[in-house]
Formats: sequence, structure tokens, C-alpha cells
Amino acid sequence: MSPEKDPAQRVAIGISFGNSYSSIAFTTGEGKAEVIANEDGDRQIPSILSYVEGEELHGGQAKAQLVRNATNTVAYFRDFLGKEFKSIDPSPCHQSAHPVQHDSTVAFNIRDTPEEKENAVTVADITTRHLKRLRISASDYLGKHVNSAVITVPTNFSDAQKDALNKAAKAAGIEVLQFISEPVAAVLAYDARPDAKQADKIVVVADLGGTRSDVAVIASRGGIYTVLATIHDYEVSGFQLDQVLMDHFSKEFMKKHKTGGDPRENDRSLAKLKLECEAVKKALSIGSSANFSVESLAGGLDFTATINRSRYELLASKHFAAFARLVTHAVEKAQLDPLDISEVILAGGNSHTPKTASAVQNAFPESTKVLAPSTSTTAINPNELSVRGAAIQASLIQEFELEDIEQSTHPMVTVTPHLSHAVGVLCISGDESTGVFHAIVDAETPLPVRRTALIATPREGGDVLIKLCEGARHIKVTKPEPKAKQAKDDSDDDSDDESDDEEELREKTWKVGKVLSEAALRGLKKGAKVEVQINIGADLNVNCIFREVGGKGGVRGLLSGPKSQQNGSA
Amino acid sequence: MASVQVSLPLPVLPEGWAGEKDFKAIGHLSHATDRNIEPVGPHFLAHARRKRHKRTFSEDDRIQAQSNVKKVEDDDAGEISEPEDPLMLQREAKDWKNQDHYAVLGITKYRWRATEDQIKKAHRKKVLKHHPDKKAAAGQAQDDQFFKCIQKATEVLSDPVRRRQYDSVDEAADVEPPTKKETQKGNFYKLWGRVFEAEGRFSKTQPVPKLGNEKSTKEDVEHFYNFWYNFDSWRTFEYLDEDVPDDNENRDQKRHVERKNQNARRKKKTEDTARLRKLVDDALALDERIKQFRQAENAQKNKRRLEKEAEQKRLAEEAAKQKELEAKAKAEQEAADKANREVAKKAKEAAKNAAKKNKRVVRGAVKDANYFHSGGDAPASQIDAALNDVDHIILKIDNEELAALTAKLSGKKNGGEITQVFKDEVQRLVEAGKLKEGEAKSLA
Repeated sequence: MSPEKDPAQRVAIGISFGNSYSSIAFTTGEGKAEVIANEDGDRQIPSILSYVEGEELHGGQAKAQLVRNATNTVAYFRDFLGKEFKSIDPSPCHQSAHPVQHDSTVAFNIRDTPEEKENAVTVADITTRHLKRLRISASDYLGKHVNSAVITVPTNFSDAQKDALNKAAKAAGIEVLQFISEPVAAVLAYDARPDAKQADKIVVVADLGGTRSDVAVIASRGGIYTVLATIHDYEVSGFQLDQVLMDHFSKEFMKKHKTGGDPRENDRSLAKLKLECEAVKKALSIGSSANFSVESLAGGLDFTATINRSRYELLASKHFAAFARLVTHAVEKAQLDPLDISEVILAGGNSHTPKTASAVQNAFPESTKVLAPSTSTTAINPNELSVRGAAIQASLIQEFELEDIEQSTHPMVTVTPHLSHAVGVLCISGDESTGVFHAIVDAETPLPVRRTALIATPREGGDVLIKLCEGARHIKVTKPEPKAKQAKDDSDDDSDDESDDEEELREKTWKVGKVLSEAALRGLKKGAKVEVQINIGADLNVNCIFREVGGKGGVRGLLSGPKSQQNGSA
Repeated sequence: MASVQVSLPLPVLPEGWAGEKDFKAIGHLSHATDRNIEPVGPHFLAHARRKRHKRTFSEDDRIQAQSNVKKVEDDDAGEISEPEDPLMLQREAKDWKNQDHYAVLGITKYRWRATEDQIKKAHRKKVLKHHPDKKAAAGQAQDDQFFKCIQKATEVLSDPVRRRQYDSVDEAADVEPPTKKETQKGNFYKLWGRVFEAEGRFSKTQPVPKLGNEKSTKEDVEHFYNFWYNFDSWRTFEYLDEDVPDDNENRDQKRHVERKNQNARRKKKTEDTARLRKLVDDALALDERIKQFRQAENAQKNKRRLEKEAEQKRLAEEAAKQKELEAKAKAEQEAADKANREVAKKAKEAAKNAAKKNKRVVRGAVKDANYFHSGGDAPASQIDAALNDVDHIILKIDNEELAALTAKLSGKKNGGEITQVFKDEVQRLVEAGKLKEGEAKSLA
């Protein structure tokens, strides 16, 4: 058995391979994910390779070459992998080596040897070189030979792309244990924190990256994730924020130096401008003002300027709004309401910008938690979310055989029936004479599922009726006022309940009134609580147990699935 | 997953509600939608485990719990102490040199393979069992001899240098080489493999190549024997040294003992090297593979030689055949040439005769034409000139032309006609440039 195949010999890391930046992480003995810095001390390693007289530069060093050595510098190549030339968008590579057609794939004409001869290097080869450098950095850091990894990919990465990436990784000496999608990795990174509570929730992961934005709506049910909807946008991106700053400073420059000309019209000036604007953007995420300073920007003229955050936010407001729209659009696509969303996780470097977070927060009700550095002090660095998730997944599966992993990720296992409606009990409250629906199992919960609930009883004890019913998941467009009020009422009632949105739904579903069963518990003590355990099988059989906490006996009941039942009652 | 807490109270049971065992099934769940769950995270792994092994939640909980418990037990039971031999328990600590340290610690199944950690753990376990204070508390006699043995064993085994010295003479770890008879029963690889494995513990270079089996390649086998013939051993025999007396007793005595020890060690080392050499020789002699390789080599050589001979024979035969063919062809060629030559000779002679005859005819014709003299007998000069000219013409023309000329002249008796023919001929020859103007004047 070769060392790569032997799970005992495996040293696995998580790799996040992005268009603009890549990062690598590993899981410590205590199960904490830690992001690895490369030789330059970067935890965000630019996915850029540059060649100077046959010497390969990588990461930050290669990025610096974009100014002087643009044609020999390959950047933003991730999305080209495994695609045909006719289906790629080469615009991000405008200021670096341009992609060219090579057989059916994409290549770059670069002088990567000391002979200074132009070679067509395919994007797969570039990826291999990039991954090899990442692997070496990780190996150096860990002092162990890294030979396998979990790699994150966007949700819309096709099988061909995964295949190409797998091959490239293999050539770089990395055995890919699993590809996991970026948004799910981000959710995992948050859920793997030791203080994280397991809760049924719907999470939106919004990734505002350099060249593209991806939004995914994910249902998290007892730690199992289901992607409900995704949206990808190649227009709304961090580049656009850079562009805003570039335009701004170019205008300032031209105003100051009439003779200098437009720095955007000269390649080298443009590259300088772009690099500095990215730095300014990052500085503005931390401080309230930032300095822009470039030597010999254009026409041999140095240029220095200052910009404050509000100015920047004003200039880029339309892009922030577009991003917020994109997020809400994804929620609509999942046929959900913003009230359904418990958390919004902001990922990607541009999530550091406070305005991004506030724009998203404004699009959602207050009950929704936006996890970004500016809104939550406990937020994880948005750049590191997916790589942390990958590292955690790598530590979970590294001792499994590859075949085992394959079998576990097989559709036979992953395709699961999901509850179309929430299941809960009816309680009474002061103003509702008929009862209030309380969800025990949420909609979109993968089956089989087991849940328990503790329910209060009337103060005086005695006999109680437990009605099990279904809450319909039809989101009707209702007036916003009653909706908000409803949500507020609920949060007042039980502040520890995570799923405020479910109470909002309960009003509607309760009126639909799909009662599943009734059960009675007699002779309860004063102030006793009732424990309800619901087991729903993959065949939609419901097995429920009702008993008094601390009491003896209880009531058991079995509901058979719809197929064996006559459909007349529905 | 923490259970859901519902603080709203449940409704009171209405009057007259009744159900079988207090439960009434009314509706059923609506149809479920199939979705892909993301294969990520610890909870998914649990889900996959349940689904693949078709377990329910409670079953899975139980099995997982069981397997976790087992793991802990295994770790604990990793160093099973072997039962002590009652004889061993009565050992005197003084006699530590002759005790089996591994047996004392209860790790005879590991011996030289035991790790430091295993030795430590084994020691701890033995100490817990045989501590003199415990024995005293149990009311047994004050007997700490075996405890001292344990301490001594740990002392030796936990020091790498002293452990090597002990391992060098640990005969219990040796495997006796099988006899020839045993080997010939057919389990050469099993029997000798154990021997070499045991001997391999003395090698400075690790890992030691394995004996392999009947399918091993020639390179492997050669490498194996080369390794054993160049064996680099760390085996020392210091452990068997005689005790050196204290240096304050007698210096000479001490030096004498030291020298004796030195010599004894050297002798034992030499003996050991010779023993190992003989062992490898024996194994090599019994190794079927060596014979097979030799046979294969011989067969290969023979095959090559036979092939070569056959090739040579074939070549010689071919050459002889070729030669024969060539000779035959040559003879045929010669015969044909001879025949051709004879035919040509005859033709030539015939042509010569014909030319002679033609010349005669031509000359005769001149005579018939009265030597081109018109009227009366020709004077001698005319005759001479005419004959000379005709000879000249004959000399100039070849046989065919001569034949043509003869044909023209034949049947012509008239002197004028003949003269005309000759004139024409001269004319033709002059035109052809064979005859100069002015020659053959007699015909002009």
C-alpha cells in the first residue's frame, strides 16, 4: 500500500483555492482549525504565479510582478480549469498573462524557463504548480509531508472541473479526499467552534469575492446541511469596489496634474493604481480613513491622496446595494422569506468592509444575525471561513479509506427525503383560544430524524391533550407589519428559541390544520413538564412517545406513512 | 441535539376525550421532497454511518458508545502482563545477571521488539503488584527479592546501552536453525525466515531484507544473501564479563581480569561471526531458489548456444546452396556463349564468302563494261585505272552496300548500263563523303 493510500500515513490539510486568493489550514490536536501562513507570512496567498528568468514566484511576490512583468504573470485562473476556451470569461486576466486556446483547453503563453522562450502552459499545469507551492508551504509549516487534502470549490463547479482539479492536485502530490462546497465549509467553520450551539436554522452564506460573488441558502438541521438555493454573480465583485476607488483616484490625479494624463490608460500605471486601490480598500475596512500613495503613477508624477470611509461608501453605495439585492434574491429563489433566515454568514475578503455587512443587515429583519467582522465580535475572519471548514472536514475523514469516503458521498447516501412541512404540537396561549403551533421538527429536515421537546403544562397539572400537527410551508406574501409584530411577540415569549421564523409560519399552518394525532397524558403533577419525542423515518412513519418528565409510563403512538394510508383525508 | 423547550402550556384534556391507549392517529405526514444533503461535517458522517449500516438512531448511539468503550479498554489492556512462573518469584536479586529481564517484566512476547513505553508500562504494572509494602500490608513475610529483580530488570532494559548488551546474549530470543532434514520437508521459507528474522535484530542497518518465498526475484535473493554475507552486527558480549574487582584491591589482578574479559569478548565475537557465516552458508546450500536460478541460467546459456549452432548450420547450408546455384548458372552461361560464338563465326564466314563472291561479280561487271571504255578494246592504262577505281570503291563500301551494288549489277550485260550503275555508286559515295571528288576518275 502506497503511503498516499494508507490512511495511517496521511497528513491532510484543508485547501481553499480561490480565483484571487488561496489559503491552507490544518486541524490541531485539540480539533481547532488553524490557517497556515506561507513563507512570506501570508495567510491569504494570492493565486498568482510569475516567472522571472525561469524562476517561479508565487503568492504575494508574484502579485508584485503584475506591475513590471504582467505578461509573464498568471492570475485568476481557477475558473478556467476544466473548461473549454469558448466558455471562459477572460476579463479578470486583462492585466496579466492572457489565456489562449490550447487544444480544447485553456493555456497561457509565458516564458517560464531560463531560455526565455514562450511556452504554452495549460491551466491544469499552472494549477498543479500553484497547488504544489501550497503543499510545500504547508509541509514546511507542519514539518510533515502533506499528501492529501480537502479542497473547497464553488457550488457550481462542474464534474469536469472537479475532475481536472483532482488530476492537477494528484500531479502536485496531493490526494484529494473530498471536494466540499465553499458555503457549506463556511457554515461548518462556524458550527465547529466549541461554543457553537446545535440549532435548526437556515443560513445564508454570502461570499463577496474578488472576481465573483456567490450566495447560498443552506438549511442546517441538527448539523446536517442542505443547500436550498444558490446564486452566482460575476458582475458584483470586489473588483468593482476597486474600480470605484481607481476611478476616484484617477480623477483626483488628473485634477491635480493636468499634464500627467489618465493613469488608467497606461498599463503599468493601471497596475500600480489597482494594487494600491486594493490596499486602500483593505485599509478602509479597518480605519476610518486611508492614504493612497503611488510613486510615479503616471508621467513620472508621484501621487498621494487621502480618502475617508464615508466618501468611499458613498462612491460604492450602488455596489453594496447590488450585493444586498443579490443576497435577498437568493432567499427569494429558495422560496423563503427574509424572516426565515437565522444567520447570514459573510465570507470573502470584501466582507471586511463594514458597509457590506450593514447593507446586508438592512435587508434582513433584526432577528437575523449577520456574521461579519464589523457586526459581530465573535465572527471568524471571512477570508478563512472556507479553508477552516475544509481543514475540519479533512481531520474528520482523513483516517477513512478513499473508498469509504466515496461510498459515503454517494447519492445513495446523500439523497434523502426532506420534510416538506414542519411538525409540531399545539399549545395554548392567552389570546389564542384555539392554540398555537410549536414546531418540533422544522421543514426541510432530512429524514430520518429524531427530536425531543419539553413542553410546559397548565399550572394546576391534571390531564392534558397533546395534538401533533403539521405546519404548512407555504410562504404567502403578507403585510410586513403583522409579520414583524408576530416575530416580535414570539421572541418575547421564548427568547431562547432560535427559530423565530417558525412561529411566524405557525399562524398560517395552524389554520390549515393538518392534525396528525392526538394523545392524552393524565394525572400530571403540578408544574410538571411533558417530554415529546418524535422519530420520523425515511418512509415517513412517525413514531412518537409522550411522557411526563420524571414520571412513569407514558403514551406511545405510531403513524404510518402516506403511502399505506388512504389519501382521502388529505 | 438539545431538545426543543416550549414554555407555552399544553391544553387541558377536553371532557369525554378517549382513545385507544390514550392515543389517536388522525392524519399522516405530507410527502417529502428529495434533496441532496451536503456530505460535510461530523453529523453528516453519523448520518452516513446510520444509513449505510441501516441503523436507527438508538442503535447507532449504542454501537458507537460500545465501540468507544472498547477502545479505552484496548488501550489499557495493551500490555497484558504474563502470568509469573512461581520459580521466578523465588529468585534472588543477587543473581540478576542470570535472570530473564523480559520474563520478570512479563513482556516475553515482545522481547527485543518492546518499546521503551511498553517497558515502562510493564514495570509500572509489576511494581503495583509486587511492591513490598503491599505484601507487608497483606500480612505476607517481608520479602522484597522479586521486587528487587523487577527494579534490576527495568534498570537494565531502560538503559539503551545495557539493554543492547543484554539483548546480545538473550538466548531466549534466538531461533535455532532447522536441521537439513526439517528443511527438506518443504517449509524452508517458514523455518529459515524465522531464523533470519531473529538474527536480523543484531543488524546495524535496518530494515533487514526478508528471506522471501519461492516467488522472489533473483535480485531480491541475491540482495538477501549479499546482505547476510556482509552482515554488520552490533552484538557485544560485555554482559557475560567476569566481575572486575574493585580497583583498590589489587591493580594487577584487576588488569588481569579486564584483559581476560577483553579476550573473551573478542573470542565470542569471532565465534559469533563464524556461526552466522555457517548459518548463511547452510541456508544458501538448502535454498531451492539458488538451484533454480542456476538451472535457469544454464538452460538459458544452453539455449543460446544451441540457437547459435543452429544458426551457423543454417547459414552454412544456405551458403552451399547459393554456391551450387551460382556454379550451375555459370556453366549454362558458358555453354550458351560458346554456341553463340560458333553461330557468329559461321555467319561471319558466310558473309566473307558472300563479299568475296560479290567482289568477283563487281570486278566481272567491270570487265563486262569493257573497263568503262567506250568502243574497241580498252587500253592497258584504262583497264588498270578502271580496276584500281573499282577496287577503291569496294574498299570504301561495306558488305551490305556491296551486296546492293551486286544486286544492281546482276543481269546487266550492257556496258553502258553497268557504267551507269558504277557512276551512280560513285556519285552516292561522293555525296556520302566517303569518296573524294576526283577519285575514281575512270568513272567520271
